Amino acid sequence: MEKIPILRMGPFLLVTIQVDLYDRLALNLEADLIETVHKTGARGVLIDISAVSIVDSFMGRILGNIAGMSRILDAQTVVVGMQPAVAITLIELGLPLKGIHTALNVEKGIEKLRATIPPDDEETDDDYYFQ
Amino acid sequence: MIIISSSETASIRTEQDVARLLHRIKAVAADTGLGTVSQTKLMTAASELARNMLFYANEGVSYLEQISQGTKVGIRLTFIDHGPGIPDVDLAMQDGYTTNPQSLGLGLPGARRLVNEFAIISTVGKGTTVTVITWKL
Amino acid sequence: MEHYLSDLLRRQKKRLLEQWIQNQLASSDLRDDLMSSDELRAQSEEVIDALTDVLSEKNITNPQSTDFQNLSDLLAGISISRARQGFTPRETGMFVLSLKDTLLDVLQSELADDPVRLHDLTMKISKLIDNFSVSTFETYIKGREDIISRQTSEITDISTPVIQVWDGIVAMPLIGTLDSARTQVVMENLLQAIVETGSSIAILDISGVPTVDTRVAQHLIKTVSATRLMGAECIISGIRPEIAQIVIHLGIDLSNIVTKASLAKALQHAFGMLRLVVRKQDRDLRSA
Ligand SMILES: Nc1ncnc2c1ncn2[C@@H]1O[C@H](COP(=O)(O)OP(=O)(O)OP(=O)(O)O)[C@@H](O)[C@H]1O
Ligand SMILES: [Mg+2]
Repeated sequence: MEKIPILRMGPFLLVTIQVDLYDRLALNLEADLIETVHKTGARGVLIDISAVSIVDSFMGRILGNIAGMSRILDAQTVVVGMQPAVAITLIELGLPLKGIHTALNVEKGIEKLRATIPPDDEETDDDYYFQ
Repeated sequence: MIIISSSETASIRTEQDVARLLHRIKAVAADTGLGTVSQTKLMTAASELARNMLFYANEGVSYLEQISQGTKVGIRLTFIDHGPGIPDVDLAMQDGYTTNPQSLGLGLPGARRLVNEFAIISTVGKGTTVTVITWKL
Repeated sequence: MEHYLSDLLRRQKKRLLEQWIQNQLASSDLRDDLMSSDELRAQSEEVIDALTDVLSEKNITNPQSTDFQNLSDLLAGISISRARQGFTPRETGMFVLSLKDTLLDVLQSELADDPVRLHDLTMKISKLIDNFSVSTFETYIKGREDIISRQTSEITDISTPVIQVWDGIVAMPLIGTLDSARTQVVMENLLQAIVETGSSIAILDISGVPTVDTRVAQHLIKTVSATRLMGAECIISGIRPEIAQIVIHLGIDLSNIVTKASLAKALQHAFGMLRLVVRKQDRDLRSA
């Protein structure tokens, strides 16, 4: 079964969506990601969608679900790299993407996540940063 | 008068059919000269409408046409299914109306906002036909 | 009979050409500032040749005939180039209409003793040339429309420049009236610039915009929302008091948007967001 790889970057998880997600793949990703957040105690999830050319209401719902579930597990979600055309389309579609942080790229996404985590909290995780 | 300069049809039975259709729309829209934003809006609208066919009617047929009217050129998409139909189309066209508790009810009204022209005809027990047009600016 | 017209034109070519040019020169409409008389002669001769080559009693009643393809193309080319050169539609139309007068003159002297045929041919030639003159008008207008749409897109591009004012800050000063199409371009250019420069703050300065209506305000709000979806912030600056009044009177809610009175204020705010400080250099430091 096809799977989208989840990378660990210190206290954060990084998912890069390379293909346009079809439903089953997206639902698998949702399950995998939540499982991994729980297992690793990750404090943040970065979802890189710079290669994604459309986000419809289904995909928007998946992103929202991931953010919502992660938050319950005390992790923040940042969607990074959204293309301008996709952003304009989402606004017109009326999709709120509530509870999701956004950033221009992975680097800025990490900055954003670091800012949301109290410093002493992060220190304990520092030893496996960038492993 | 609308003149059709190219036309292709596809049956939509699986998610992969939707993905294939979106790729074709991108190619034809680019060929027609639509900009990236118009292409993205049209593909997103198509994704919503094709998904509705799959979800509510199990399957359907799509038409992808390059059209012109006077000096305008554009793309027309038509989605035809023989599913249960929609009892109250005006209601279904409202933001947030859905019969699926998992959904946001944004597909139809969102698709309408993403294109230049939108028409929907639905008969309970017979099926639903949605037609959308995006003109090149 | 078949080649009568064509033969007649060939025989009378010189007279036709001279008379037509004279007719054109005589009309006070002719713009010798836009075109030399050599050019005029060359164009006129080409048209007469193209007509002479194909005209017969068969196709004279059918301006749509493919026989006239060359002539139509030629006339289309002439009207488009005249549109570009700045001729008026009247001047361009007169070019073809004065050919009709000339042709009818020549015909009249040729067929002086056959009034029935003269009448018949006069009607037919008039109809044919009128038809060409209508298509000439159409092409002329199309030529002008092309120019207008090209200029519109040039102006749109010129009037929506994106400036990188600081590392991480882009600004777009908007000048002139905003319509929906232009706001769309503004939105796309701004978002594209954000990606290209990796800027996390965009400033949209509307001090050069005369007025704001509900639609434009709606577009501005959408631009700000789209910027946020991409992970950047958008500040709207240059809100003049009149615009603030309009916004409130129209009941437009801008409370979720950072608005500043001037570009300088917006820049200051942006520096704050990036935790940058701008201060005067210490006098002692400079002399050291
Ligand atoms: N092709 C169809 N056949 C039958 N019913 C349909 C069809 N398309 C839409 N509907 C009905 O109209 C309602 C609204 O559709 P819409 O696409 O706007 O929202 P949704 O599919 O419920 O949610 P979303 O698209 O946001 O995931 C649906 O819940 C469904 O009841
Ligand atoms: Mg739907």
